[in-house]
Amino acid sequence: MANIKNLKAGLFQQNPTFIQVLGMCPTLATTTNAENALGMGLATLAVLILSNIVVSLIKKWVPKNIRIPIYIVVIASFVTMVDLLMHGYTYDLWKTLGLFIPLIVVNCIILGRAESFASKNSVLDSIYDALGMGLGFTGSLILLGSVRELLGNGTIFGLPIWGDAMKLYVMILPPGAFLVLGMLLAMFNSIGIHNRNKAKAGEKK
Amino acid sequence: MAPNINPFILFFASIFTSNILLANFLGMCSFISISKDITSSNGLGMAVTMVMTITTALNWIVYNKIIVPLGLEYLRYIIFIIVIAAVVQILEMLIDRLSPNLYMSLGIFLPLITVNCAILGVSLFMQLRYYTFIQSIFYGLGSGLGWWLAIMALAAIRKRVDKSPNVPAALKGPGVTLIIIGIMAMAFIGFSGMLNVQ
Repeated sequence: MANIKNLKAGLFQQNPTFIQVLGMCPTLATTTNAENALGMGLATLAVLILSNIVVSLIKKWVPKNIRIPIYIVVIASFVTMVDLLMHGYTYDLWKTLGLFIPLIVVNCIILGRAESFASKNSVLDSIYDALGMGLGFTGSLILLGSVRELLGNGTIFGLPIWGDAMKLYVMILPPGAFLVLGMLLAMFNSIGIHNRNKAKAGEKK
Repeated sequence: MAPNINPFILFFASIFTSNILLANFLGMCSFISISKDITSSNGLGMAVTMVMTITTALNWIVYNKIIVPLGLEYLRYIIFIIVIAAVVQILEMLIDRLSPNLYMSLGIFLPLITVNCAILGVSLFMQLRYYTFIQSIFYGLGSGLGWWLAIMALAAIRKRVDKSPNVPAALKGPGVTLIIIGIMAMAFIGFSGMLNVQ
């Protein structure tokens, strides 16, 4: 049960993008369409799971005052592996994501989970936590990527939805990323506020 | 291999037309969370500018004089981040020794900087685009100043917006901040086309 709870926390209540607002650089930069968003999300998920496992395994031997450099080196090693694998097997995606694959090293979500979860919990719990957080991140990226692709290009995952009827090119440019993410955040916040008000009204009865 | 760009043009381009924050989305996390407060933004901007200039220069030397001759290109991410972490650590100790006042205003932000993606991003861009040593220094300095400019502008705008009673409840906090940044990014897009630097 605790595992399911960890998994769900990452997906919803603690969603890294919409609730914690972490890992903004790849979120904004790689979501020009849904496919890139999916690729970025999965690459981050892989690094997150592997680094959480290792950090959790070595937690007994890591001296407290140099733990951050150690975690970063662990993460950087896995990022190098993912980078080489993507270069080998998914060359086109590797080329479009470009700089943002090496930048997974400094993604605050990964270091944040290593520091606040994996360094204190068992390996199994850490895997579930990484899965939840990673899938939550991937889901948010796909949502953002789909909205931007739909508004900017009229397609989702390359499938035409309304074709050329409406194309707001700005949504694919940098400002569009900020505007769409801002509006999505507002939407999730208003759902949260609505639910809390409902819960309060329920208590009064 | 090195692109033929005047370092001064590169310097201005990295402040305005290809601002590291608004055009490349690097360093967003601390940009959003620290910009609540103008004094902290100023301290962080200063620290980022300093660290970025030093690490870009150092990473250029490390990459071209150590990594390439030894054929260790596949280790570059790990080496770059270690150089950055070491510089930040040494800088923190030095500032603490030399100027306690500066340490109070700047030192607390230094640990945050190791994981600021703008710093690693600039080093990676420097390497990807084959800049020369002089170009790298100007690029690092310019990107740092551009980051500083952007965070100061955002902090000043947020100071007013956060107090405004007209912001809808759901948009408060990160939501409205992102929309402000979006509008700022549009303004900075206005600069593009004036200089083109890749």
